[in-house]
Amino acid sequence: MATERAVAPSAVRTEPILEARSLTRHFRIGGPLSRRFLHAVDDVDLVIRPNEIVALVGESGSGKSTVARLLARVYRPTRGEIVYHGRSLATMTARKERLGYAARVPMVFQDPYGSLSPVYRVSHGVMRALKLHRPELTANDREQEAQRILKSVGLQPPHEFLSKYPHQLSGGQRQRIGFAQALACRPELILADEPVSMLDVSVRIGVLNLMADLRRNEGISFLYITHDIASARYVADRLIVMYAGRIAESGPVEDVLANPKHPYTQLLLSAVPDPRAPISLPATSEVAEPPRVIDPGEGCRFRYRCPYAIERCSKETPQMRPLRPAHEAACHVAT
Amino acid sequence: MIGIGSALLEVEDLCVDYVTEKGAVRAVDRVSLSVAPGEFLGIVGESGCGKSTLLYAIARLLAPPAEIASGSIRFRGDDMVTMGEEDLRHIRWRNYSVVMQSAMNALNPVMTIGAQLSDAILAHQRMSHRDLRRRSEEVLRLVGIDPVHLKSFPHQLSGGMRQRSMIAMALVFTPELVIMDEPTSALDVVAQRSLMLQIKQLQKKIGFAAIFVTHDMSLVSHFSDRLAVMYAGQVMEIGPTQTVFDRPRHPYSSGLLGSFPSIKGERQALQGIPGSPPDLAHPPSGCRFHPRCPRVMPHCKTIEPPFFEREDVQVRCHLYAGSDGD
Repeated sequence: MATERAVAPSAVRTEPILEARSLTRHFRIGGPLSRRFLHAVDDVDLVIRPNEIVALVGESGSGKSTVARLLARVYRPTRGEIVYHGRSLATMTARKERLGYAARVPMVFQDPYGSLSPVYRVSHGVMRALKLHRPELTANDREQEAQRILKSVGLQPPHEFLSKYPHQLSGGQRQRIGFAQALACRPELILADEPVSMLDVSVRIGVLNLMADLRRNEGISFLYITHDIASARYVADRLIVMYAGRIAESGPVEDVLANPKHPYTQLLLSAVPDPRAPISLPATSEVAEPPRVIDPGEGCRFRYRCPYAIERCSKETPQMRPLRPAHEAACHVAT
Repeated sequence: MIGIGSALLEVEDLCVDYVTEKGAVRAVDRVSLSVAPGEFLGIVGESGCGKSTLLYAIARLLAPPAEIASGSIRFRGDDMVTMGEEDLRHIRWRNYSVVMQSAMNALNPVMTIGAQLSDAILAHQRMSHRDLRRRSEEVLRLVGIDPVHLKSFPHQLSGGMRQRSMIAMALVFTPELVIMDEPTSALDVVAQRSLMLQIKQLQKKIGFAAIFVTHDMSLVSHFSDRLAVMYAGQVMEIGPTQTVFDRPRHPYSSGLLGSFPSIKGERQALQGIPGSPPDLAHPPSGCRFHPRCPRVMPHCKTIEPPFFEREDVQVRCHLYAGSDGD
């Protein structure tokens, strides 16, 4: 495994694993004859490179999970394309190709209680992934590989955990099994949709550290989807902030946190509770919430809540533009 | 424990059991705390630490298989544990009210907000239609919701508005104590923050005392006067919020605090707390935190620590057994 990854690292480094171009997904709401569409995701561009952790941050309803599902091919895009190593996913239709993609870009789900079947032992999910995606392994190899994988997600001793049922595991352990199942496919990129939000506070850090370890030791990239900007900062290199189906801002984590350009990012950062910071009680508390975007017209979707909105914001949808090195925001006003 | 005599609510050595076929599971174990009038008490802990059970016990909302096994709860001088249903009905909602965790499930989806408010009011007091309407409008305005929403159904409101209408409902009789069970956990950060600010403003304005349960320690840091940290059914540390944050004494409190990455300052590696919370059917011997404790000592495994006092803080940890140990 290590030898395979060592092939031409310099060439691999710059080439993206996955690229989304103007990715868009609308959902029809109401009956089949309805003409109303919920714009879950509109014109999202993103790039994920090898050995990189990208955090996609947004509030509920911002479209961040829809992006993950589009990338995992759960949904078909309404418009736009997803390019995997230079090939559009739309052209990869053969079963073998689809399976190959699913193995290289697996998903880990939010709910560790609902995503493991209660009737199978832990070994089932891991072994099944090994059988399906790595047919070259013998039964003996599979056993060894399963043990190695469990060790790498921090479940020791592995043979003991393999024979357990999900109900015998804690939430954090279950989520580690989720990662083990993804690892069994030998992934390049794991789509992790809120992997820690349902875990206890004291075990969340352990799972975040696991992601960092897997990147360091196995070179796996992550798309970490979360509503928690502090945990995004903890593990990620780059941050993408979504609001109401569009990307508001993206850039290197530290730069976005130190110099948030989009007014929404600024609002989000000001709302994060920080026990180490003195509190400033604003005179009026902001009460608005992200809109459900149904058949929106032109214009910035944040303008109703934006303290800096100008006339142009209601007429023209802001496009992403670079404001600092590798740091872009979709805002007419930001400088 | 603190301020006896002036307390609005005093809980002493409260034990709550879940009675199962295999025997009783003690979810709340000898918890003592007090709340002064107008005080904001935060209770933090992870899932399964007994924090919600404790709230339900205080509100006398426990249903079988849960039952109060021993201890006392005194609210305004009355013994809540032995109080009958009829007497409870008189003080419920008028003197204390409860805001449940999830507004999505706590509101009836097929009734308007106005009808549900009227329901809550009429269950405890007779009132004319006009007064009913006036009072309903008043409390909605209080929490920042336009009274036109009296005619709205829950699904027409956002999550934050639903949660605020639950708070409005809890405030119809201006109670002395409002018990809140993670009222913000289903909300996004921005809505969460605005709700916390609003609760704090209302508290200043109306003067009710609040017990606020949450798993998110950072959330209450700026809002509560005193903080209790619970683990495996027991209070591990209780004291003024600022003191507990500045100088967490119990290894569990500092572990919990160290589990939150920050968005400010240096990016630093965190460890969280190894292992996971215990199964209360088989609590660890001695100190319940000892299997996960980074500062465990040999006698922690056998002897359960009592409370020790340091700077107004009570802490259940052997590290503080000596008179000077800190």
